[in-house]
Amino acid sequence: MIIKNKRLDYWFPILVNVACLLPIPWLLLDAWRGNLTADPIRASILRTGKIALVLLVLTLSCTPIYTIFGFKPALKVRRSLGDYSFLYVCLHFAIIVSLDFGFNLQLISTELFNRPYALLGFITGLLLIPLAVTSFAPWPKRLGKNWKRLHRLVYVIIILDVTHFILSVKQGVIEPYLWLILTLFLLLIRIPPIRRFLSGSLSLPS
Amino acid sequence: MIKIDPSEITPKRLYLSRRQFIGSSGAVVAAALALAACKGNLPTSEAALTPVAGITPQASTSTDELGDPLTSFEDITHYNNYYEFSTNKEAVAKLAADFPTSPWSIEVSGLVNNPRTYLIESLQKFEAEERIYRLRCVEGWSMVIPWSGFPLHKLLDEVQPTPQAKYVQFTAINDPKTMPLQGSASLSWPYVEGLRLDEAMHDLTILATGLYGQPLPKQDGAPIRLVVPWKYGFKSIKAIVKIELVDYQPVTLWMQAAPDEYGFYSNVNPNVDHPRWSQATERRIGEVGRRNTLMFNGYEKEVAPLYAGMDLNKDF
Repeated sequence: MIIKNKRLDYWFPILVNVACLLPIPWLLLDAWRGNLTADPIRASILRTGKIALVLLVLTLSCTPIYTIFGFKPALKVRRSLGDYSFLYVCLHFAIIVSLDFGFNLQLISTELFNRPYALLGFITGLLLIPLAVTSFAPWPKRLGKNWKRLHRLVYVIIILDVTHFILSVKQGVIEPYLWLILTLFLLLIRIPPIRRFLSGSLSLPS
Repeated sequence: MIKIDPSEITPKRLYLSRRQFIGSSGAVVAAALALAACKGNLPTSEAALTPVAGITPQASTSTDELGDPLTSFEDITHYNNYYEFSTNKEAVAKLAADFPTSPWSIEVSGLVNNPRTYLIESLQKFEAEERIYRLRCVEGWSMVIPWSGFPLHKLLDEVQPTPQAKYVQFTAINDPKTMPLQGSASLSWPYVEGLRLDEAMHDLTILATGLYGQPLPKQDGAPIRLVVPWKYGFKSIKAIVKIELVDYQPVTLWMQAAPDEYGFYSNVNPNVDHPRWSQATERRIGEVGRRNTLMFNGYEKEVAPLYAGMDLNKDF
């Protein structure tokens, strides 16, 4: 099956960009209207973290969507989805440092090393920096083949990200495990024999 | 209890201050977005005794004994950890709306001289008193709640524990039909909690049947729940149907789920971290920023003698 539609090719990236930015006014509106639960700081931390994860999962979905369905616009938005994910990671971090911990650096560093999930989240965020930076010109050209190698780091990053989520919740909360399953699925279908099987007769370059 | 005219305790300015505070949080989010430096210490909101859906919250005072304001009725009733209904704290109020709390009876049995089953109405003979307690959740947030209820020791005195009784085991209702998550296998229902007998007999330990002068809302554990203010919130079991005096340390639901994370005692202790997060600080609902967690949640003077000589790192 190959999806081709010129109008969709044009509008798809625009729609994706708008959709990726919408959570910001949505968050501000909810904050303004008092819709962020009794603990608005926690709610905004959780929400920005979740959006960052969703965008990262979507980033990893682009290639399979192309290889399985032949939907080429998916490849065009892959890089920006990753960049938007990084944007929400930055927001997530900024809210924690400012609203939650009031720039108390000593408290922040103690907590960082006290909480395995926080340390893991921090490392995940740091690992995203080189990917975010090199996703813009002139880096893709300058790095050539190494660009692709570097960006394979995202497979590690997403596993760390989901683990960060799992470690942060109380026992009995199953949602992060559902994200883990989805993530493992997205990684699994990249294994060459499975990928070849799924792309079937399309024989598209991955 | 002193009756306060709602118009007297809810000036519009105060009632809007929460909105204002949340609005200012929003502004800071925006500032963070622009990666601009923003001011960390925003003013804290004041507790608003805001009438909600025809209910006028009533409390004899507006602060706890440390001078910290009461958490609003709205927040106490719409931010609930009640895993029988949902793991989403905001969803509980709605999901619990149809939970039947009448008729209701509590069996008090085990190692007692006078085992009895009380109809919930008959517990009214234990005169309800207002207790303003801090509630510290193991997740790192806290509230100040004006409960009404009676000390558990009044009930235990009536059934007379035998000398063999060492612990009290509490069991919550098992009702998978109305409690959607009890059908899930991730935790072993029903909810079970326990106290050492001397903890249960302590005057701070109450059975609560109301808050803010109202009957206990369903999402907060109606019709009757335990409140042990110096322990993490999950020890304060909701919707109790059975209280048993036993000679062994009960295995609670959370001990069974994660024994290395949730101990039998689970006393609020800033020096003993949860394996996955620090317990040194907490966020008071309605405030921006964090405050230091107090030993035994600020009830050290009253309860520390219960644990004299114990290693609280081991008996967490």
